[in-house]
Amino acid sequence: MAKKKELQVAALENGTVIDHIPNDQLFKVVSLLGIKKSTTPVTIGYGLDSKKMGKKGIIKIADKFFKADEIDRISLIAPSSQLNIIRDYEVVEKKIVELPDELVGIVKCNNPKCITNNEPMKTRFQVIDKDNITLKCEYCEMKTKKEDVIIQ
Amino acid sequence: MKESFVSIADCSKEDILHLIKQATLFEKNPNQPVLEGKVCATLFFEPSTRTRLSFETAVNRLGGRVIGFSDASTTSSSKGETLKDTIKMVSNYADVIIMRHYLEGAARYASEITDIPIINAGDGANQHPSQTMLDLYSIYKTQGRLDNLIITMVGDLKYGRTVHSLLNGMSHFNPTFHFVAPEELRLPDIYKQFLDEKKIAYFEHTDFSPEVINQSDILYMTRVQRERFTDLMEYEKVKNSYILTNEMLDNSKPNLRVLHPLPRVNEIAYDVDDNPKAYYFEQAKNGLYARQAIICNVLGINKKIKI
Repeated sequence: MAKKKELQVAALENGTVIDHIPNDQLFKVVSLLGIKKSTTPVTIGYGLDSKKMGKKGIIKIADKFFKADEIDRISLIAPSSQLNIIRDYEVVEKKIVELPDELVGIVKCNNPKCITNNEPMKTRFQVIDKDNITLKCEYCEMKTKKEDVIIQ
Repeated sequence: MKESFVSIADCSKEDILHLIKQATLFEKNPNQPVLEGKVCATLFFEPSTRTRLSFETAVNRLGGRVIGFSDASTTSSSKGETLKDTIKMVSNYADVIIMRHYLEGAARYASEITDIPIINAGDGANQHPSQTMLDLYSIYKTQGRLDNLIITMVGDLKYGRTVHSLLNGMSHFNPTFHFVAPEELRLPDIYKQFLDEKKIAYFEHTDFSPEVINQSDILYMTRVQRERFTDLMEYEKVKNSYILTNEMLDNSKPNLRVLHPLPRVNEIAYDVDDNPKAYYFEQAKNGLYARQAIICNVLGINKKIKI
């Protein structure tokens, strides 16, 4: 007898699916994207089976299409997760979330004497190591490692 | 086109060699009216008399006019005006802004919000590129070249901003470095990684020994400051270990020169001053020519300079 295929999460008419989120990062992504304040339905899947990752997280948000800076935020905590853009039940675009070369207005500089912490201005970081996530402040030139990254 | 001078890391090998060439011309003719009709603003949000006088002398000797302040407490920034607003305002009056600020990255930010060139005269613990240019010019002048030199840096290599910038500036010229510092003030790993990437040879020592001095072309001394130590016992132990005395130079190479960014406290004994290998006072004087070269370069006036 053929194994009955079961959809783990309901389909979406219009909106965005963030798939292949590392399971342990799921709730960080949820809070980072401000999903608590979402006015449209959101489905959050935790601990779903994944061939690639063992267990994964997934977020489906109806009628939501992310802007570039929101995707950059996701890339910092869940790089290599996948963004599916759905229109009329069809996946119209797939994107692998990738850390960009530069992060503008997303990360706080940890140097209290940096100009960015003392003027009303956007921070700017160069991503100098994409694999290990190392950032360099374009202003004070201080480096920030993955474990010290604070997202604004 | 506007070209600011914010960090020595922005300068290519060609940029550095060009500035050295220009500084040589200014040393021959320090008084020439190439900045006539130009207004240069010196904005010192943090006092630094030595640097300010050097820049202002450079402008004055080239016939330019200076406006500005030497202490931010007399300006609107003490009333809470943002740096952006101050820079925008001064940009309406001056052709170039020379600025010193206590915050790191201030000069880079200023260069982004104005159309006139910014010269960084020091931004907190970050950069002080005109100091680096005068150090490079001094090395060039005393050695006749920048390539393949053996440079020994002594003292506070952890916090010493001049040390870090000089490493960067010299990295184009295949140097060999010796770093002499107490354990607590060793060169931070990020600078060693930088040297590794550039395949530059370096050696670390805790002993300030004649063996190191005797193979060096340049001895770059810095101040070991008491406030840098978390363990004051450690400071008491090492404070006299990094002092250069005249007899330590007895068997050094004839071309060796002793450099120091100044101010000095006790890290170079006064009997060294009369040794022809002591170069730190001339080094400070070279700052004038290096700064004349930097100012003219950002304003794009290279052709009028008298040879």
